[in-house]
Amino acid sequence: MLHFLQTLIDAASLGSLFALSALGIGLLFGILRLINFAHGEFVAIGAYALIVPSANAAAVMFIGEWQAAPLVIAVSTIVVVFALISDALVFRRLRRADASTLMIASFAVGYVIQHMLLMIYGARPKALGLWSDLTRVLDLWGLRVPLLQIVVILSTAILLSALVVFLRHTRFGIQMRAASEDFAMARYLGVKSNRVIGLAFGISGGLAAIVSLMLVAQTGVISPGMGVNVVLFAFVSTVVGGMGSLPGAVFGGLLVGMATSFLQAYLPADIRPFRDAFVFGFVILLLLVRPSGLIRVKALEQRI
Amino acid sequence: MSITRIRTALAVPAALSALLIAVAGITALAGSPGFQQVVGEMMIRAVVVIGIFIFVGNSGVLSFGHISFMAIGAYAAAWFTCCTLPMVKTLYTPGLPHFLLETSYPFGFGLAAAAGLSGSVALMVGFVLVRLSGIASSIATFALLAMIYVIYSNWSSVTGGTSSISNIPVHVGLWVATAAAVGAIAVAYLHKVSRYGLMLRASRDDPVASRAAGVNIMRMRLIAFVLSAACVGAGGAIYANFMGILTVDAFYLQITFLTLAMLIVGGIGSLSGAVIGVVFVTFVTELLRMLESGIALGNGPAIRLPAGTQEVILGAVMIAVLILRPAGLMGGKEVLNDAYE
Repeated sequence: MLHFLQTLIDAASLGSLFALSALGIGLLFGILRLINFAHGEFVAIGAYALIVPSANAAAVMFIGEWQAAPLVIAVSTIVVVFALISDALVFRRLRRADASTLMIASFAVGYVIQHMLLMIYGARPKALGLWSDLTRVLDLWGLRVPLLQIVVILSTAILLSALVVFLRHTRFGIQMRAASEDFAMARYLGVKSNRVIGLAFGISGGLAAIVSLMLVAQTGVISPGMGVNVVLFAFVSTVVGGMGSLPGAVFGGLLVGMATSFLQAYLPADIRPFRDAFVFGFVILLLLVRPSGLIRVKALEQRI
Repeated sequence: MSITRIRTALAVPAALSALLIAVAGITALAGSPGFQQVVGEMMIRAVVVIGIFIFVGNSGVLSFGHISFMAIGAYAAAWFTCCTLPMVKTLYTPGLPHFLLETSYPFGFGLAAAAGLSGSVALMVGFVLVRLSGIASSIATFALLAMIYVIYSNWSSVTGGTSSISNIPVHVGLWVATAAAVGAIAVAYLHKVSRYGLMLRASRDDPVASRAAGVNIMRMRLIAFVLSAACVGAGGAIYANFMGILTVDAFYLQITFLTLAMLIVGGIGSLSGAVIGVVFVTFVTELLRMLESGIALGNGPAIRLPAGTQEVILGAVMIAVLILRPAGLMGGKEVLNDAYE
């Protein structure tokens, strides 16, 4: 029972990470029909912003030494700026392109960013201790819970609630939801398209920054390709939840995190290395039953 | 079909094959051994990219997962043809079944096994993939890439895990690789002009109208997916027997990006685009690689670009093509003034 509860907390914390990433991807998909492969590289930019640019093996903290609040703000700002630049340089010129062109373009953007990081910082992974006091383990009625997991779960809950309030009750939030429902109609009704898209890139970048901080605090390692794996799971989460649905992205992320953690805990040791293959296998089975994901989005269905 | 139509129909694959054979001929006559290696690898990539084209080009559904079929094919070929030294197999891959563990088969067996195994895996995976919408299935192919990568990196008893399998006999040289590329062109072209290719392209251009005209889109996609996986798998077998050494890391994001860049830069919509893209991108990356390792101009100091420039510029070229010429260099047309489309 205790082992089960322990795994449940692991699952919630991993699921939070996936949910935030899936949400960052889902926001852009809802409005632009852009599957953003570069999201993983946004995460990597956030992590590399913490250290002094150099190709040396040892990482020297730069922003990483600051107090928590200015650190979060600085890293978020940097990632948001990069997200907006990538929109201005690439995606703004592809507004009329179809979904697969956008997808391949974002794949190229991610590839370019990853290799620029590699040129500046070197290819080797670097060890990095961020917020090491968060690794302290709390003893809650016999459960041993790392403080970091609680922080991750709580901050995800706060971020999600803030985003819900923003999307439901503010002018820009309502405009964004309208745009993701029917972009052309929203524009006829006076929604400024570039402002809404910029906002989506901004929020997506901010979410990527938070994910990068959580990831660095958890693993203590950064490398140019560090975002790829998280984003792969986030993609799968958006497909599981239902493409184009924001609650679906969050729900899918939690579900995939849950599946991953429980497989990690309960698979026999000799097949545990194949965990990810099992996760994707389950996803494929689920898609056999529900090809459009758990939450179906009407706006995406083909009309004749 | 009249004589002229047959002639125009054959003109496209003949011209593309002639291009590759000419490149191989010049290389064999005048190229250094290092350059011959580069052109040999280019021919193998041509097989892979043409294989990807069979599905992606005709269906319009992007796939990020075809490199996993290359891995499946390469390892299948290694299981059959390895090794030049006895005892190596029992050391690297002790988990293989008896008939593989104790015998080395000729290259033809490896090639057939590679195509067969890739095709069978594609049939199983494709059964699910073709039921998804275009975008969701592209993401699912990405998951497939990661899945095969995870399995092959950890299935140590038959793949050697993340360490490499060496000592694979080198059956393939420049000319065999070129012949394989020509064969791939023939297969892709025959599929393209067949009714299966035509119906698939119809579904790409207008799914609703094609369905109304009786096209079974899922079935057409599945046929193309299996055929293209078998072709890419054969490319993997040729790769294994060309390089003589295999690592799982060779079949992940780097080569996925490279092959997709070749397809996109050349033009995703035509076989000529796939072939021209392979030749063009190989030329550009080789040039950049030379600049990265340093090149002396006259008596001046050597010019040297920092490592990673090659990848950044390749990505930038691809983005530029997508923005300025989304249909690629060939614009979706075949060579020879769109003889047969």
